[in-house]
Amino acid sequence: MFGYYARLALKSFRRNLGLTTLMVLAVALGIAVCIMTLTVYHAMSGNPIWWKNDRLYAVTMDSWDPNQQYNRTGPSAPPPQMTYRDATYLLNSSIPERKVKMYTVDGVISAAGPAPQRISTRLTTADFFAMFDVPFLYGAGWPAAADSPPQPSIVLTREMNEKLFGGVNSVGRTLRWNDHEFRIVGVLNDWFPRPRFFDLNGGSFQRPDDAYIPFAWGPELQLQSSGNTDCWKPEKVDTTEEFLGSDCIWLQVWVELPDAAARERMQTFMDAYWAEQHRAGRFERPRDNRLTNVAQWLRVQQVVDNDNRVLVGLAFAFLAVCLINTVGLLLAKFLNAAPITGVRRALGASRRQIFVQHLVEVAMVSALGALLGLLLAILGLAAVHHMYSAAHLGRPGGYQELTHFDAVGVLWAIVLAIAATLAAGLYPAWRVGRLPPAAYLKSQ
Amino acid sequence: MLKMQDVSKVYRTDLIETYALRNFSLEVSAGEFVAVTGPSGSGKTTFLNVAGLLESFESGSYVLDGSDVRELSDDARSRLRNERIGFIFQSFNLIPDLNVQDNVDVPLRYRRLSSADRRERINSALELVGLASRMKHMPSQLSGGQQQRVAIARAIAGDPAFLLADEPTGNLDSLMARQVMDLLEQINELGTTILLVTHDPELARRAQRNIHLVDGQISDFRSYEPRVPSADAAGSALA
Repeated sequence: MFGYYARLALKSFRRNLGLTTLMVLAVALGIAVCIMTLTVYHAMSGNPIWWKNDRLYAVTMDSWDPNQQYNRTGPSAPPPQMTYRDATYLLNSSIPERKVKMYTVDGVISAAGPAPQRISTRLTTADFFAMFDVPFLYGAGWPAAADSPPQPSIVLTREMNEKLFGGVNSVGRTLRWNDHEFRIVGVLNDWFPRPRFFDLNGGSFQRPDDAYIPFAWGPELQLQSSGNTDCWKPEKVDTTEEFLGSDCIWLQVWVELPDAAARERMQTFMDAYWAEQHRAGRFERPRDNRLTNVAQWLRVQQVVDNDNRVLVGLAFAFLAVCLINTVGLLLAKFLNAAPITGVRRALGASRRQIFVQHLVEVAMVSALGALLGLLLAILGLAAVHHMYSAAHLGRPGGYQELTHFDAVGVLWAIVLAIAATLAAGLYPAWRVGRLPPAAYLKSQ
Repeated sequence: MLKMQDVSKVYRTDLIETYALRNFSLEVSAGEFVAVTGPSGSGKTTFLNVAGLLESFESGSYVLDGSDVRELSDDARSRLRNERIGFIFQSFNLIPDLNVQDNVDVPLRYRRLSSADRRERINSALELVGLASRMKHMPSQLSGGQQQRVAIARAIAGDPAFLLADEPTGNLDSLMARQVMDLLEQINELGTTILLVTHDPELARRAQRNIHLVDGQISDFRSYEPRVPSADAAGSALA
């Protein structure tokens, strides 16, 4: 009977083409708006390294001004970055399986051929790549021994390798970075964690950096951070040594701990360090030493702000309005065809059969609406991407990076459209089955 | 075969109660051709709707084919209607966007017959009414008389025991009306019980029994001599 009902639905569409088009458009618009909003929300609220949620921890300690709370990330969170000396001390611990301290600098890179380019470079320790499961196209990261004393090793992104070497395997080649010669040890494959959880400076959805070099090059070459550096203490920071010994915070510190026991030991280690420093006159604020997993980190750092949640709510409200309109249109359409339904009832159709017949029609409207909604959502996301790219002067990174339509978005669209429209169509389909057939037979 | 006992049907509004049928009793035997006449508002159509299980009633009993219809679920009533009853309406009630074949197919679809069986029944019914060559025509491409013959084919395709006809000639000219009546007589002669609602006393006289309704009650019974089947009834009906 399904095929028969589908054929009747097609005839019904042709009979009321205008009304059917309106319904499909209403469903499609509601779905498209929801999908667009959810796609962005999904990209924002996702944990890009969920499989390591119980292993990776951001390390923070409240070393801020005793008279004033650090307030960039809200009242309930300690500063998100650490001082050089605290980071260095903590990462001397052998408790973590892997550990990184890092920051970004602006650098100029040049290789034979292309003109020198200004790039963002991350100074980090060797564990960075294994810790964050960074994929390699060619080669690998540098070994731990290359961290100190720092070896002239550099890892490029795939995109940078395309620009400098046309995409060929460049491992072993040399290039100049800030007028120093570096040897390429690895080229990353595509890697774009959204949000960029390990460093939220400058926007949560920035692209990863273009190149990576050992952290110790920072002090060695006196490289200043291009990210946020926050200082609260009136102290002299004219030289690199003074800056490294200051209470300014500018480093992101992450550890990988294999289990709860290791986490406990690391926490104890941090607390002991805090107590020692406290006695020495530092850490004057109440103790707030944290090991925060990625999911909590994204929450604490308010990666998804309330505006986005409100936007999702509004999108669903809009979908509800569209569906309420669809219910009205469906009712009008079905009641308009009530005399025909009356004939079918007289000829032996049960209420259930009439209900199923109309539900098949509703399902077809919802399928069409979902399809068109998907198309509109793809176009809409492309438009948003274009708009933000223009606002971002064509540079990569930023809000436009959230507008990629992914498989989860498609799944959302299908489930949402079918569930919502079927739910909306239940009442009209049920209602038309309850009509007294005799009342309409004379009016045919 | 059909037995109504003290059946009452009331239409209620906030202000008024109207008895469409009042303590209505009737018994119809298998193979009968019964005409129901009466002035407008006398309850003829209500009687037909109740008899066809399209409307419920307030009191009394109604037994159709041995089943007390008040105890049947909607599914069972629909099945009974589909398998045992055929309807013919004054305004034909063909579905406008289905062709002749698909219109006749409608009741057969709900019976879940195989497509071969359905095709055979559709062919036979349309041949009986003389429209086998018009299967692919849309209702709008047919005359009023032809549309009513399609409606009759639809009503008999499922081989029902009862045919309920509500003013089947009301929208036809006298020639077409006569042809439709000839066809109904022919169907009755094949064993189908027919209940015919009509205003026209001439048509009513062609039935074996005439029931006259006034205010939802039977005011008069009249029986006629059995018809002598005419040798060329089918031929004249299909002309």
